[in-house]
Amino acid sequence: MELKLAGKRLSLPKLGLTVVLAAFGVLMVLPFVWMLSTSFKIPIDVFNYPIEWIPKRFNWNNYQRVWNGSQPFDLFYYNSVKVTAITVVGTVLVCSAAAYGFSRIRFKGRDAVFFVFLATLMIPDQVTLVPRFIIFNYLGIYDTHFALILPGMFTAFGVFLLRQFYVGIPEDFSEAAKIEGAGHLQTWLRIILPLSKPALVSLVILSFTWNWNEFVNPLVFLASKELYTIPLGLTNFIDESGTDYTLMMAAAVSSILPVIVLFLACQKWFIEGVVSSGVKG
Amino acid sequence: MRSMKIELYPFSEKMRVSGGGRKTLTWAVDFGCRKGEIAIRTQKQSDTLAGWMFILPAIAGFGILTIVPIVLSLIISFTDWNFLDGLKGLRFIGLRNFTEMWSDKWFVDSLRNNLLFAAVTVPATIALSLLAAIGLNKGVYLKSPIRLMIFMPYVSNIVAVSIVWGTLYNPSMGPINSFLRGMGVADPPGWLASSAWALPAIMIMTVWANVGYNMIIYLAGLQGIPRDLYEAAKIDGAGPARSFFRITLPMLSPTTFFVMITSIIHSFQVFIAVFVMTKGGPGSSTTVLTYYSYRTGFDFYKMGYSSAMAWILFLIIFLITFLQWQGQKKWVHY
Repeated sequence: MELKLAGKRLSLPKLGLTVVLAAFGVLMVLPFVWMLSTSFKIPIDVFNYPIEWIPKRFNWNNYQRVWNGSQPFDLFYYNSVKVTAITVVGTVLVCSAAAYGFSRIRFKGRDAVFFVFLATLMIPDQVTLVPRFIIFNYLGIYDTHFALILPGMFTAFGVFLLRQFYVGIPEDFSEAAKIEGAGHLQTWLRIILPLSKPALVSLVILSFTWNWNEFVNPLVFLASKELYTIPLGLTNFIDESGTDYTLMMAAAVSSILPVIVLFLACQKWFIEGVVSSGVKG
Repeated sequence: MRSMKIELYPFSEKMRVSGGGRKTLTWAVDFGCRKGEIAIRTQKQSDTLAGWMFILPAIAGFGILTIVPIVLSLIISFTDWNFLDGLKGLRFIGLRNFTEMWSDKWFVDSLRNNLLFAAVTVPATIALSLLAAIGLNKGVYLKSPIRLMIFMPYVSNIVAVSIVWGTLYNPSMGPINSFLRGMGVADPPGWLASSAWALPAIMIMTVWANVGYNMIIYLAGLQGIPRDLYEAAKIDGAGPARSFFRITLPMLSPTTFFVMITSIIHSFQVFIAVFVMTKGGPGSSTTVLTYYSYRTGFDFYKMGYSSAMAWILFLIIFLITFLQWQGQKKWVHY
């Protein structure tokens, strides 16, 4: 069963399956399309039916009103960029060093410690929330960005992801470095880190996404509005802007955009990160 | 550098190093050893040090941010404590938090909602993501853009997504109900405004958000199945249905096991959607353990009770994971 189209042979069963799955895919992105189109509407057109996927009356002002409105959206954005950037750099350093220790150096107690690390993956965040709140108060970092950066940096998942990759790097590479007199620090920096670029990129992207989207930590550990990151700022925005859906959608688009752009630009790494989090686990 | 003296004891298989410090180290080294072996022993000691140095930052962070909190949380769960009263207000009440919660309507309803939520979203997510993965793996045109579309909800932040869905669900004017009315449904659901439909509404959104992630995992699993298995089955005269049930599903069972465990763990931790869309309402229809425990701790300042509920949540997750682990021998083929 084949169909000729523009000189190409298309198999009919394959085409049928494509149509079904593409329809499913379109259904999955419809909420995003609706969000985007509503962000360019005027309030009375929001719920017109049949749905106006492309607004009849375009309104370009919503984004301007979100960004220059009563809520310091630009400040929330700046906070998110700052916290996310520092956290991602910290995550890479902490996790890759730990992963090196757990995979390339043999020492007493290593496997036991690693097992404890893995076990903590099962503990729900809710268990540690109250004590962290108390500890942060005690350390004086409650209501500072450190209260978001620190929990973001120490992710057992990141250690696990990189360790899985490091284990796969042949021992010969470090042996060669050792013979040339390199210590562990140099082997890590000069050999293992450059070799593990794919895993690092995956970790950077996943960690960026999680920290950009993080909501519970800011909710519990921040009190001052000028420290809010985007997700918390967004709920704050909704609470105070009432029911102007066009503004809500413009704010939602603004908050999602950086991650979507990153995702579209690096989908391959995204997907590899997800796969290594799953299959090798 | 201080001078060091190395003494070798003939016939006693020992070597003595002194002068490096106050302590005298004695290593057990074969008397007849070559130089290299002494080097290995010292290498091992420095490896232990280097190893701990590499994992030290992570261990310190985990110690302070995870291990200590777990211990503290357990202790706090046996107390009646309003955080605002300071440490003086801390009163140990034994197991009372754990025994009295069962007559708290909000706790019981939260637990019920959590169980319902898991019972619906986990199978639905697994079925949809498996179907999508199998379809994509069979070979379609435009594979990569379709995969992209299905995965997109997973990367978007749930706060924004909940706001969008909350508007889509608007009972009187929202696009979903407008569409349903257009299709001839005279009395469409009240979604977030109705105590019967609010939880299903959140479930639908959650499945939507998670299908992409699990589909990617399944796709990787499918690619790991050797082609010859299918060819052999074909030669033996097996049809597509038979090879699906006899080859695809069994070969995918480790993947399904992973997807199931992580989905269950995640489903019990649902929080943001509830917080943004319904605040647990109407009534207690969408309250869940994470949400109620958060409210108890940070709105009512009952830290002890909040921690006790968090531990119940953990115990449930642990128990389910443990049972799955035990049960896997029956259906997971490695």
